[in-house]
This record gives sequence, C-alpha cells and structure tokens, in this order.
Amino acid sequence: MNIPDIERREHYLNINYGIRSWLFTTDHKRIAWLYLLSVTLFFFIGGIFATLIRLELLTPQGDLVQSETYNKLFTMHGVTMIFFFLIPSIPAVLGNFLVPMMIGARDLAFPRLNLASWYIFILGGAFTLMAAAAGGVDTGWTFYTPYSSIYSNTHVVLTVVGIFITGFSSILTGLNFIVTIHKMRAPGMTWFRLPLFIWAHYATSIIFILGTPVIAITLLLVGLERIFRLGIFDPALGGDPVLFQHLFWFYSHPAVYIMVLPAMGVVSELIACFSRKRIFGYSIVAFASLGIAVIGFLVWGHHMFVSGQSVHAGMVFSFLSMVVAIPSAIKVFNWTATLYKGSISYDAPMLYALGFIGLFTIGGLTGLFLATLGIDVHVHDTYFVIAHFHYIMVGGSVMGYLGGIHFWWPKMTGRRYPESWARLAALIIFIGFHLTFFPQFILGYIGMPRRYHVYPPEFQVLNVMSTAGASILAVGYLLPLTYLIWSLRYGAVAGRNPWGARGLEWQTPSPPPTENFERTPIVTEGAYAYEKDPEEIYPLGKPAHV
Amino acid sequence: MNLGFPLFPEQASTMAARVDVLFYFLVAVTAFFAAVIFFVIVVFAVKYRRRSDDERPRPIEGNFWLEILWSAIPLGLTMVMFVWGAIIYFDMFNPPNDALEISIVGRQWMWKAQHAEGQREINELHVPVGQAVKLTMTSEDVIHDVFLPAFRIKQDVLPGRYTTLWFQATKAGVYPLYCAEYCGTQHSGMLGRVVVLEPAEFEKWLSGGATGMSMVDLGESLFQRFGCITCHRAGGTSQGPSLVGLFGKSVQLQDGKTVTANEDYIRESILEPQAKVVAGYQPIMPTFKGLVSEEAILQLIAYIKSLNAPERKPAQR
Repeated sequence: MNIPDIERREHYLNINYGIRSWLFTTDHKRIAWLYLLSVTLFFFIGGIFATLIRLELLTPQGDLVQSETYNKLFTMHGVTMIFFFLIPSIPAVLGNFLVPMMIGARDLAFPRLNLASWYIFILGGAFTLMAAAAGGVDTGWTFYTPYSSIYSNTHVVLTVVGIFITGFSSILTGLNFIVTIHKMRAPGMTWFRLPLFIWAHYATSIIFILGTPVIAITLLLVGLERIFRLGIFDPALGGDPVLFQHLFWFYSHPAVYIMVLPAMGVVSELIACFSRKRIFGYSIVAFASLGIAVIGFLVWGHHMFVSGQSVHAGMVFSFLSMVVAIPSAIKVFNWTATLYKGSISYDAPMLYALGFIGLFTIGGLTGLFLATLGIDVHVHDTYFVIAHFHYIMVGGSVMGYLGGIHFWWPKMTGRRYPESWARLAALIIFIGFHLTFFPQFILGYIGMPRRYHVYPPEFQVLNVMSTAGASILAVGYLLPLTYLIWSLRYGAVAGRNPWGARGLEWQTPSPPPTENFERTPIVTEGAYAYEKDPEEIYPLGKPAHV
Repeated sequence: MNLGFPLFPEQASTMAARVDVLFYFLVAVTAFFAAVIFFVIVVFAVKYRRRSDDERPRPIEGNFWLEILWSAIPLGLTMVMFVWGAIIYFDMFNPPNDALEISIVGRQWMWKAQHAEGQREINELHVPVGQAVKLTMTSEDVIHDVFLPAFRIKQDVLPGRYTTLWFQATKAGVYPLYCAEYCGTQHSGMLGRVVVLEPAEFEKWLSGGATGMSMVDLGESLFQRFGCITCHRAGGTSQGPSLVGLFGKSVQLQDGKTVTANEDYIRESILEPQAKVVAGYQPIMPTFKGLVSEEAILQLIAYIKSLNAPERKPAQR
C-alpha cells in the first residue's frame, strides 16, 4: 500500500478538488471520467431493463408485467444501451482520455467544446430519463412510423428530443477528434506511426459527423408529424412509412460501426501489448477501419429486405453487405497472425481481447446469414437477429470496452485492479454471454419473432436457458464494478508502464500530470516497436522526474 | 432425437427446403472458419506463451500475399452466398401466374383474409396443399408483417399500399402465422394459423358457409352502389374512362407520364383521384376516402380485374 507515492506528486486527479473542479474542467482526462460515470450509470439502467425482460421471458405467459410495460422495457433497454452507453462508451471515455495522450498532445483541439459535449450528452440523457420516468415509450428503439409518429400513446417526443440533443454531443466529439488527430500530433508522429486505436477513432469520427445529422433530422420529422400532423411518414397523411426506414438505417447501420470500430481499436492495442508484437499488416488494419466506415454507409437497405423495397435494391444491398464483411474478416486474420511467434501473456485485458475476437467472429459470421437475401427473409425480425447484434454489440463492443478499461485503468487511476478477479470476471462474462445469446440463434431459426411479450410454449426451454445465462452474465458485469471501485483505494500502485507497453501514453507517469507530458515528446518509431526500448523510441520524450 | 423442444422449424412449403439447404451451407462455411480461427488462436496462445519476462519477439511487418489470400477467399465465398441467396429471394417474390389469390388486411391486432370466392376469415387462412397461393396484403393502420416460419417466408404489410407474398404448401397441417413487425401493445397477440388442406377438403371448406357472393360480385355491387358506373361505363363517358381491359395496361396521364394500372394505382385513384388523372379527362372525380374500407377496395380491384375477361362488361349482368 503506497498511497503517498501517488499523492506526493501533482497529477490531474489531485491538482484540485471539489465538485466545481470537475464540473468546469476542460481537462480531457477529467471529462473522460465524467463520461465514465455517466455511461456506467446508463449501462446499469439499461441492464435493469434487460433483467426485467429476461425474467418476463422465463414463462410463455405474460405474467410478470403487462404487454404495454414489456414493450416499454425493450424500447428503453435499446434506447439507453445504444444511444447512451454503446455509442459514447469507448470514444467518449477511452477516446477522450487517450486520443491526446497517444499522439503526444496536451489536450484535445477544443477543450471547452469537449466539456460542452458532455453537458449536451447529459441534457439529452436527462430528457430520455424523464421520458422513462414519466411513463416510458413503447415504439422500439427503431421508432418505426407510422406507429411512433401517430399511433403510440407514450412519450415519443420527449425521448426523441433526448436522442436528438445527444446526437450533437457525438458530432462535436467527432469534430474534436478529427481536428486533434490532424493538427496536434507530436513531432515525428506520422500517420503511419499512429496507434490503430487512433485510426479506429478517426474512422468513427467520420461516421459521427456524417451520420448523426441524418438521425437528428429523421427524429425531428417524427416529432413534427406527431405534433403538427405534417404528412411525412404516415400514408393516411400522404406520407411514406418506408422513407422513415431508409433515413433511420442510413444512420443506424453506420452506428453499429460507431459501436464496434473503437472496440477494434482497443483490441489492436491489447493484442500488440500482450504479445509484444507490432500488429501484423498494420496499414491493412488501419485502412480496413476506413473501409468499414465508408462502405458502412452503403449497406443500410439490408435492414429492409422484407419492407417492400424493390428486390433489385435488395440485391445491391446484399452484395454491399457481403463486401463490408471483408475488412472485418481481414482484421480478425491479422490479429490472429499477430500472435504468431509472439510473447503472449494472459493478463485480464488480453483475455477480454481474445474474448472479443471469439464473440465478434461469431457475430460477424452470423451477419453473413442476414446479408444473404434468401435466409434473411426467414430470420428477419426474429431472435436470430437479436442474437447476432448482441454478439457484435455486447460481445464485441462491451468486451472491447472492458478490456480497454482494465488495460488503461492503471494509467487513469495510478492503481492496479486485482488481476485474478479480473481474469475470473472476463471468463464469467465470456461464458455467460454465450449461454445467454447462443440459444437465441436457434430460437430465431425456429421462428420466434422479436419483441414478443407472450410466446408459444414450444419456445420456452430455450428462453429459460437464455435467462439462466443472463444471470451469469449479470454477475460478470457486477464483478468489475465492485473490484474496480475497490482498487481506487486499495489497488497496488501501478507505476508509469505496468504492462511494458510502447504507446506514448505509457511514457508519462500514472496518473499523468494535467499537461500530459512535461516535455513535448518526439516520436521515432511506429506505435508497436516492442523490439526496442521505450527510451530508443521516444528520445526526448522521457519526462524529467520519477 | 427428442429434446422436448424443436431445434428446427417444420418444412411445409416448396421454399422451405431450399432455404434450409442454403442455411446449412452457411452453417458449414461459417462453422469451419470459426473453428479454424479459434483453433489457431488457441494453438498460438499456448505455443507462444510468455516464458520469461525479457522476451523480445522478432517483429513481423505483415505479408502482402497472405492479405490477398485471406481477402480473396472470404470474398469468393460470400459471393456464392450472395448469388445463391439472391436467386432464392427473386423466386420468393415472383409468384407464378396461376397462383390462387387471397387478400389480407392487417390491423391492430388481427388478420383478416378474403378469398376470391368471397369466403372471409379472421386470424385463419385456409389454403390447399400443392397449389401456389398469392397473398395481396395491406394494413389499416401501422406496419405489420406476415411471417410463416414453416414456409420460411415473411413480408411487411404496409398501410397505404399493397405488398405480396406467395407460397406453395407441401403438406397438410396447421402452421403458425406471426406478426413479425412490432405494431403496438398486443403485437405478440397478433397471431394466426394457416390451415393447409388437401385440395378436395379445401373445395369443401370453400363452399361451406359461403355467402354465395364472390369478391368480384361484391366488387360489382359496390361499383353500382357508389355510382362508379355512372362515369366508368363500358366504352367510357366524357367524365371518366372505361375500365374494361384496364388492369395491367399502361395508362397515359395528363402530365405526360405513364403509369401501369396495377392494384396500387387503382387504390390510389379511388382514394386520391386527383393524384394521377388520365390524359383527356377533367379532375372531377370525388375522393372515396373514409367511405370505403380496405376490404371494399380489394373487392373493387377484384371486380376491375375481372373486366379484363372478355365476357364481363359493367352493368351487363
């Protein structure tokens, strides 16, 4: 127990105290903490909704809650998890903390805008939580019209206003990252020396900026039709309900890549560090991120194969969806090849990274079923889809997020988490995840539609398995919450670079000083020069003290 | 093997086996790749585990030909999936010409079916085995979806327009029909069943309890009752064009465009007559919005379709 060591030195956490020093901070590292607390809160709120859904589905009858309540539960589970946890999680927490540190900058390009983004996020979240408290919303997170714009009697407007506002937080964060990555790289930090985490965040930021305005406009139109009966989507008013789906998925499909690209960035860092190798095919992996971001904008119609869109459009979207799978496959192959002749250790972050590959691979491969027109028709809007996107978004993104949180926890807090508990948690989450979601693939293929409060009895056994798995998964998620909080006070002092990593963020003390680096670092090597000593890579980057 | 619950849905249409074969193909390909990746990861993770803390592995930049190889092989395989899936999809949405036509109207939270012979059903659909059946569907309110897992097909049912779905049942039995597009509070209660009967049984069912009025007859009486006949006489009048032989033909509009006279066009012309006015006529037809139900419109369409047959002329029966 070595508290004085951390406390003696001035760093970003102890430079000042009090609530004002946090709420008015422009330090990207402190803003990352504001986001960390907020998204953790939203994750557990979304988790409570999920728990109630799984409990209800234990029996075929609707015996725990009423249909209306059930519909609100899955809607608010989706809205909270997607817009207020998955989308901001890695970019706004880890990205905020690490983008400047990894490129050797003092802060993001626009620190006050960064703080404003958090307030916008909280304001949007407040609206959405208000909608939940006022009685909730029952449209599904997809807000399909004309149900959402005309028929639903729940708090649609309040909810979409919340999402509309929150969208600006994403746009501004994306803008901040792009400018920072272009303009604030340290001397010698060329584009192809950037960590893949940065490439992934660059690609994500492009989607933030180009995609988010579209969902904002779309939800605004839903609000206008709902309040003023402007005929945009409801055919009874002269609108087109399928138009909504085109607009919605034009954002919401790329949004899947917002959720998974940053996780891929995290995984690249972890695989490199814990096998002490540079990422195999670095530039291919970097360009794969950009490829996913660009092609990802052209595949939205694969959500609409049975919507009544033309079969020829379906064909084009099916083709492009197959194409977008390739860069993801390339990444998985390159990560695997990175392990070859590496020096692999099994620290908890690495277990999360390997877990990510395991779950993401299954999620990605089952995506091929959905991109295949003839199969999608049968499994569309069934539990097969639910299982698929949870493998990507929970299996992939949340594993990546937790891996990243564990990996950079020593940097963020100056302390180590308890390693064996963390390994246990990674294992429990991996197993609990499969037990929860694998049965849902089968449920979907045998025909159980999604969003069913009451279901035919032949689906019960698989639903019971899924709920049982979910209880294991819940334990897996509560464990890190507990031991990470514990470690804030009791964790061993981490030191500057506990993993022997080569990234720039590890060359400064933990926790870092407010200005990140005491002297502007100079970079002479790519991000993963594990064959060299850090001193060789960053000749002047070595801070004076410690 | 009986686990007490199904692991696979029943195969009861000509499409079901085709979809399942493609599904097995994808399961085989993806399981193979997943197994290879997991196996390689486990082997590497064990073989190259860190043995001493001062290990410094030799860096490997990458390998161009490997990248090409593991891009090209998956791309090739996904193209097989794409083409195979697209062929099935086209067949799924291209009904044979001799299909038995049934119209479906969905609403919160029930399914209404109407056979050409006039037989109506709610949340049930009787069809013959071995014959293609084409459903022409619309919704009175929000988007619904007809999902027939035993037939491996589904299609959204939209308000304001028609979508179609077809299948050919291969064995008699009772199969579930689910609404697969979330439609509000009782979405999970919007269930139906498809009763597939042997052809003789089906004929018996059709004649039992029928009103004696076919959809065409019902449409004709509506045509008289709403006064359509006044302007749309055989041969036409100065107020309105003749509808004889209209269905499926191309129509010249006032604004110079042409439109095919299909179900959607006829529906729109009844509800929004000013939207697409036929060249040479004044926009004088009143709207029938709110006066005719979705079922009545389908009957009118059935009647107008029947005018293509040479023996049928308006107001001559």
